Amino acid sequence: MGAPGAGTDNASLRTEQIGWVVKLELKGITKRFGSLVANDHIDLVVEPGQVHSLLGENGAGKSTLMNVLYGLYQPTEGTILVNDKPVTFSGPGEAMASGIGMVHQHFMLVPVFTVAENVALGNESVGAGGLLNLSETRTRIRQISDQYGFDVDPDAIVEDLPVGVQQRVEIIKALVRDAEVLILDEPTAVLTPKETDELLGIMGQLKADGKSIVFISHKLREVKAVSDVITVIRRGKVVGTAEPGASTTELASLMVGRSVSLTLQKAPAAPGEVTFSVRDLTVRAANGQHVVDGLSFDIAKGEILAIAGVQGNGQTELTEAIMGLQEHVSGSITLDGEELLGRSVRDVIKEGVGFVPEDRSVEGLVGTFSVAENLILNRYDEAPFARGLTMRPAVIEKNAQEKIAEYDVRTQSASAAAGTLSGGNQQKVVMAREFSRPLKLFIASQPTRGVDVGSIEFLHKRIVAERDGGTPVMIVSTELDEVLELADRIAVLYRGRLMGIVPADTSRDVLGLMMAGMHADEALAQATELQGGDQ
Amino acid sequence: MSTVTTAAPGRSAAPAGAVRSWKTPILLAVLAVVALLVFGAGAPRNNVTFRLSDPNDAIVLPDLVLPAAATGWLTAVVLAALAVLAVLAVRRGAGVPVWLVAVFAVLFLIGFLTWVIGSANNPNVALYGLLAGSVTLAVPLIFGSLSGVLSERSGVVNIAIEGQLLFGAFAAAVAASVSGSAIVGLFAAALAGVIVSFLLAVFSIRYIVNQVIVGVVLNVLVSGLTGFLFSSVLSKDAETWNSPPRLPVLSIPVLSEIPILGPILFEQTIVGYLMYIAVAVIYVALFRSRWGLRTRAVGEHPKAADTLGVNVNRMRFINVLLAGVVAGVGGSFFTLVSVSGFGRDMTAGQGYIALAALIFGRWNPIGAFFAALLFGFATNLSNVLSLLGTPVPDQFLRMLPYVVTVFAVAGLVGRSRAPGASGIPYVKG
Repeated sequence: MGAPGAGTDNASLRTEQIGWVVKLELKGITKRFGSLVANDHIDLVVEPGQVHSLLGENGAGKSTLMNVLYGLYQPTEGTILVNDKPVTFSGPGEAMASGIGMVHQHFMLVPVFTVAENVALGNESVGAGGLLNLSETRTRIRQISDQYGFDVDPDAIVEDLPVGVQQRVEIIKALVRDAEVLILDEPTAVLTPKETDELLGIMGQLKADGKSIVFISHKLREVKAVSDVITVIRRGKVVGTAEPGASTTELASLMVGRSVSLTLQKAPAAPGEVTFSVRDLTVRAANGQHVVDGLSFDIAKGEILAIAGVQGNGQTELTEAIMGLQEHVSGSITLDGEELLGRSVRDVIKEGVGFVPEDRSVEGLVGTFSVAENLILNRYDEAPFARGLTMRPAVIEKNAQEKIAEYDVRTQSASAAAGTLSGGNQQKVVMAREFSRPLKLFIASQPTRGVDVGSIEFLHKRIVAERDGGTPVMIVSTELDEVLELADRIAVLYRGRLMGIVPADTSRDVLGLMMAGMHADEALAQATELQGGDQ
Repeated sequence: MSTVTTAAPGRSAAPAGAVRSWKTPILLAVLAVVALLVFGAGAPRNNVTFRLSDPNDAIVLPDLVLPAAATGWLTAVVLAALAVLAVLAVRRGAGVPVWLVAVFAVLFLIGFLTWVIGSANNPNVALYGLLAGSVTLAVPLIFGSLSGVLSERSGVVNIAIEGQLLFGAFAAAVAASVSGSAIVGLFAAALAGVIVSFLLAVFSIRYIVNQVIVGVVLNVLVSGLTGFLFSSVLSKDAETWNSPPRLPVLSIPVLSEIPILGPILFEQTIVGYLMYIAVAVIYVALFRSRWGLRTRAVGEHPKAADTLGVNVNRMRFINVLLAGVVAGVGGSFFTLVSVSGFGRDMTAGQGYIALAALIFGRWNPIGAFFAALLFGFATNLSNVLSLLGTPVPDQFLRMLPYVVTVFAVAGLVGRSRAPGASGIPYVKG
């Protein structure tokens, strides 16, 4: 079924390249979706043996550009040159045949297949009678695994592997297809700090082997650490290139288009009495696993507790358990002495808990409802928005105008569907709604995921203001930068368990160890030992 | 659960605190009590004769004669013991082992048969006929669920099995009548199945209409169309249009003389042999061939397949058409094997039972085969029992296959996991 079914041009090109390095050039690439211009005349040159970083905010057009390069989208205008010859890719098969491989942000692995099956897919060798022959693939996997120290078992089932290993399987997939240019799309988003360091090491090794890497990220620290060249993209355009030596502030302002302050100004916390307590909280999944396992912590008035950890370590279940969205919960959750466990979601909200869910487009908003309607989803049945059985559109509209002005929501009107807003503006709508009534507890999950840097600043300030107003605040974030920015205390979750609660000035190294499953005291001891060894 | 043991809290640590499912042990215990009360205490006081082979066979096995009361008590006591074992297993935190459920099911069946036949006016049954008949009745179900396997493994829900069977049956009857050849009828059946599949594929893959809705609509369409043609054409001149020759039974010499298994495996029509071949070929192809790997990939994670250069929608289209071939051939069973001639809505919901067999068989060709056999057995048993004249009312016996279906699909044997992308259309970007 035409798998590596490259056009003949590309195929012949490929044979010339075997054992060679690939130079990749994009000239004037433009990609339009209807009236939206996702990429606007982008020029880019990726030299062999280089790590070329594409830096830009969410929605700047990085992923679109890479999907064009990988043959998933056709460019509206512009040409792709491989070793100075123009090529067109009508599908990923042809891009692969030209030596381009991609590791997608959301892994393209079939979870129920083995590693070998995933690697072979689309490029299978077939033996007698049309039956699959995976032994060759297994050998290649072992070979690559040994070469780069991947430690991947070809016969393991992918869904049983940790995320970091799954990512290596993706890299193997590209290398087996003789990729000379590797596109890594936000590869560190799902990794622990330790896994991230390992990945950066692997990138160095690949580079040393003459492969070039296109590294897509919005994390300045990582980009600075590995890049040879940095290209910054904003709103679909290349707005500049930078040397890895450039300062983070320079890169950030290039990325955002104006100067931004990366460090949040906040006064030290003045914690009051403890009003929110969680004791022995355990949440069981359908398969019986404890996804949250015996958690106990307190939050005082006027302090921010940040829950750190790699995605999928029980954070979602924790917040949902507090909100009454989870079944099979045991333990105790008290707010102002009232037990919240076992109460309905509506009760919990009426009790004064504000909640920003992690996936705003699915759980935070009703995309097809207007901005005005979304702003009253938590109070639509109360005065002044409702009177008896009827709603009062004029009051709802007035409320919307006020909130839109206060939160600087960029929308055409209050009656525009919330789904049409950008990520940052959607999040402002959610926050505006949750902050629109007096709260006894505020919980925000991934408050700034997919939000532009400009809005992040605003949202962070707003959260700190809520804290200063005396509300206990719980922030769940998988971004260590955000945790360090906002937290007064940091709790680290690993496989549903608390690895400890540490002060906000704890070092990244210690937090990284904790996120990988080490208890706070051990992590502290190991980190100091390492530092001692350095001196 | 203490939080002290943090050494390796991985997946393996889960069972200690697992949500214990008491569903299976409770069900087994209830059934064991039923067995004690009915098979044991309520056992008839006579002997039950199971005839193991036809007296005309080359090798004749002696009849199996069991005393109903003793057999009933024995099975009931063993069933109770198994139920206790299941309870103990769950209390230990382990699940109920599959072998235990399987042994329990077989023993319960033996107890039930002994009791129900012992209570009949004539406590004498041809076991070989009961089994061979089950396989025969299961043939269209097996084709139907294989069709479902092909389609759903590639990510398209095939509710239209019923329509494919019915249209296959209709086309086989008409083509065989007109041409005078049953083999022509067989090919026409395959073609008819493909036509229904083609509509399903075009609407669900090309135009992204909800797959379940298209399937149901196709079933209604085929039912209406064949019903109309039946009354306006077929029944007006049945001689020309609706008197297909039947497919001959081809006995393989020697092998067909093997007691019990011989008639099941080696005394079939072409359709019967095709059924065995289809199960084997589809199983091997699905799990061992390149086509199978891609089919499963497209049904589990189509985007992953797409990024590796596999044409997702083409794979799906081909698979849905293949599913039509398989179900169409299954449909020919009704008019070329079972009875000679088409009747209005003669598939009578077998396509939906095939769907149940597909789920019970966990989307696996061999699993679907055995699940369909179970339903075939239940149907045949209800037929045989109503002939023997048992104390159980006829209407209840005829509910048997459906009761078995409900219990089977409700998850007696653990949870069944559908292909990840089944029912979800694939749109690029």
